[in-house]
Amino acid sequence: MAERTLTLSIGPQHPGAGHFRLIVVLDGDIVVDVKPDPGYVHRGAEKMAEYRTYIQNIPHLERPVIIDSSGILFPYVLASEELLDLPPPPRAQYIRIIMAELNRIISHLYWLGIYGVFVGHTTMFLWPVGDRELFIDLAQMIAGARVTFAFFVPGGVRNDIPDDFPDKAIKVCNYYEKRLKEYEKIFFYNPLVLKRTQGVGILKREDAIELGATGPNLRGSGVKSDVRKDEPYSSYDDIDFEIPVYKDGDCWSRCMVRLGELYQSMNIIKQAIKKMPSGPVKNAKRGVLKGIEGEAFARTESARGTMAYYIISDGKPYPYRLKLSVPSFRCLSLMKHLLVNQHVADIPAIYWGLDYWPVEADK
Amino acid sequence: MGVITTFEQFLVRILQILFWLLLLIPMILTPIILLILPYFDISSLYPLVPFKERVDYNQFLKFLMDPTLVFPYLGDWMKTDFFKVVIFPGFTFAALFSGVIITWWERKFLSKVHNRYGPVYAGKFGGILQSIADLFKLLFKEIIIPERVDKLFFFMAPMGTLAISGALLALIPLGPSTYIARSNLSLLLIFAVLGFYPIVVLLASWASANKFSFIGGLRSLHQLVSYEIPLLLSVLGIVIMAGSLDLIRIVEAQVSLWFLIPQFLGAIVFIIATLAELERIPFDLPEADTEIVAGWLTEYSGMLFAIIQLAAYLKFYALSALFTVLFLGGWHGPIFLPPEAWTIIKVFLVMSFLMLIRGSMPRIRIDQLIRIGWVWLITIALINLFIALFIYSMGVKF
Repeated sequence: MAERTLTLSIGPQHPGAGHFRLIVVLDGDIVVDVKPDPGYVHRGAEKMAEYRTYIQNIPHLERPVIIDSSGILFPYVLASEELLDLPPPPRAQYIRIIMAELNRIISHLYWLGIYGVFVGHTTMFLWPVGDRELFIDLAQMIAGARVTFAFFVPGGVRNDIPDDFPDKAIKVCNYYEKRLKEYEKIFFYNPLVLKRTQGVGILKREDAIELGATGPNLRGSGVKSDVRKDEPYSSYDDIDFEIPVYKDGDCWSRCMVRLGELYQSMNIIKQAIKKMPSGPVKNAKRGVLKGIEGEAFARTESARGTMAYYIISDGKPYPYRLKLSVPSFRCLSLMKHLLVNQHVADIPAIYWGLDYWPVEADK
Repeated sequence: MGVITTFEQFLVRILQILFWLLLLIPMILTPIILLILPYFDISSLYPLVPFKERVDYNQFLKFLMDPTLVFPYLGDWMKTDFFKVVIFPGFTFAALFSGVIITWWERKFLSKVHNRYGPVYAGKFGGILQSIADLFKLLFKEIIIPERVDKLFFFMAPMGTLAISGALLALIPLGPSTYIARSNLSLLLIFAVLGFYPIVVLLASWASANKFSFIGGLRSLHQLVSYEIPLLLSVLGIVIMAGSLDLIRIVEAQVSLWFLIPQFLGAIVFIIATLAELERIPFDLPEADTEIVAGWLTEYSGMLFAIIQLAAYLKFYALSALFTVLFLGGWHGPIFLPPEAWTIIKVFLVMSFLMLIRGSMPRIRIDQLIRIGWVWLITIALINLFIALFIYSMGVKF
């Protein structure tokens, strides 16, 4: 057996991996063993957070996943608000929803672009990456930055949305809903894409729960689980939206879940704009912010799945301990489960179908 | 590059010098040669130069002052084999058309599909000189030869691919008298030449001593070998209907009706098998960049890579021209354009169609590829063959 196999190191410089290495053992065209090798971009974000104040941590904690920077910051502000005793005003909660959903769209479009090129569809790389600019521009109108927004602060958001934002956001969403129909025609229901993704990398319902999958990967396996619905935070309970769930658990189901989330995110943005009350956007407190002694836990639904923070405070301006639980790290166990007995050509399709973000997993 | 310490570095340096020389000779030596030339009797070199008689210095100056004086000689010169092989319809024309115009058009056309600009800066019109700029970039690149490479085969492969693609050009007629070689079996010869391609690719991938190259080479071998069969079967119907393997006869048989209409299934099989032979999306598995780096091209850099690319585009041109000749009536068209122009226009359209497929399809998997080839394409090709036999037995003459 040993003579028959070929060990292939995919990454960290391979175009298909990126800051991450997969050690793959091949027998012919079939993968017989996989060893994910993360840790190339470990920066110690949790330890560094212990030396920064609650406000200084905001731009710092965005760094692990800059394409979904609001998603990773959302639970942090929720948890630190508990410790700092700064409840956000209602308008800020709606602005947070808008920003988080914009960021989910931006992140999913980035994923879609890379997924397109990973299965060899060059057009699907450039269309989403081009249309992503529309949403980046919207986010820029609110936050001023294009990628790392640092927009959520404990006690609200940094600033109010500009007056012309609602009209422009609704216009962009209406345009993009039409545009997504074209995406479906050229990519999601393209017969060759169906051939490449349907029945590939099947994650059964029980396995998905056992291996701890979250987010779109879990919903692609038929589990209706979304923190936005299960434990509504920040006014998500006021908004009427659906959770796309697909039962098959293959790559195509995970793709379709993310496609459905693109539609739903735009739906949420439109509703949030309509339902948004007026009022202040920040519950500000002067002086150095000191957390009360105790601990806080918060979790939200980021673009990749459940993002959770556990913060312990000992009454100082710094967190005593900050634990960050990221969805990408859970993909590593999925990868080992899914990639075995698959073809070499399916490695990129499965790997990026999980939307694994190496920097997020390494923290 | 520093001090040369090993034999490999020495080889690299020699090769780089060689490429520089190849670049510099045309630029510096050609004018000098042209100045010296009139003092020697060059008429013995006749096909190499367009002069039949001894040219004296004054006459040469006259030619320089008034290039139209060369016209009476040109007519004769253009009928020589040398001109046909080297200039038109041979290598220079094909390389310029496929290597410069088609590569530029592919980038521009695909960029429109992709919703972006494509090349913009090189050249006055839409970045038309981009391919030339790329060529110069690759010329100045260092050719990196990994330590464990089998050098003979590593260098042989680019030349081999170029030779195969060049040989394909010889057999394809662009007009009723514009061809390099004519044979009663030219269609069969084309497939014989194509059969060498997988050998070269496998040699290159094995010589590269790289796992990704090796996987790419094996994929290429599987793909090329299995798709040659449907490719050959898809044209058998045409051979029956035209009653000849001679490409010129086949074109002449299409005066009234292009073979695309009675042989529609064959045309579909031919297009799909051609895409696989060309290793283009959706069948670009041997070079799948997100799976196996660059497949069997992984270790090639600089001019070696450029040569392989040129060979790939020459093959693209040759097979598109073959499709034109077999299915689209070759040079037949309204009278107001010369026949060669019609062929080239049709080839251009066929190539554009293949580019459109590249823009709208993903890459398929090797097991699916082989199943499509052996199950579907061969079945359709056989059905097509029966259609051709039926039409033939009805007594329809083309």
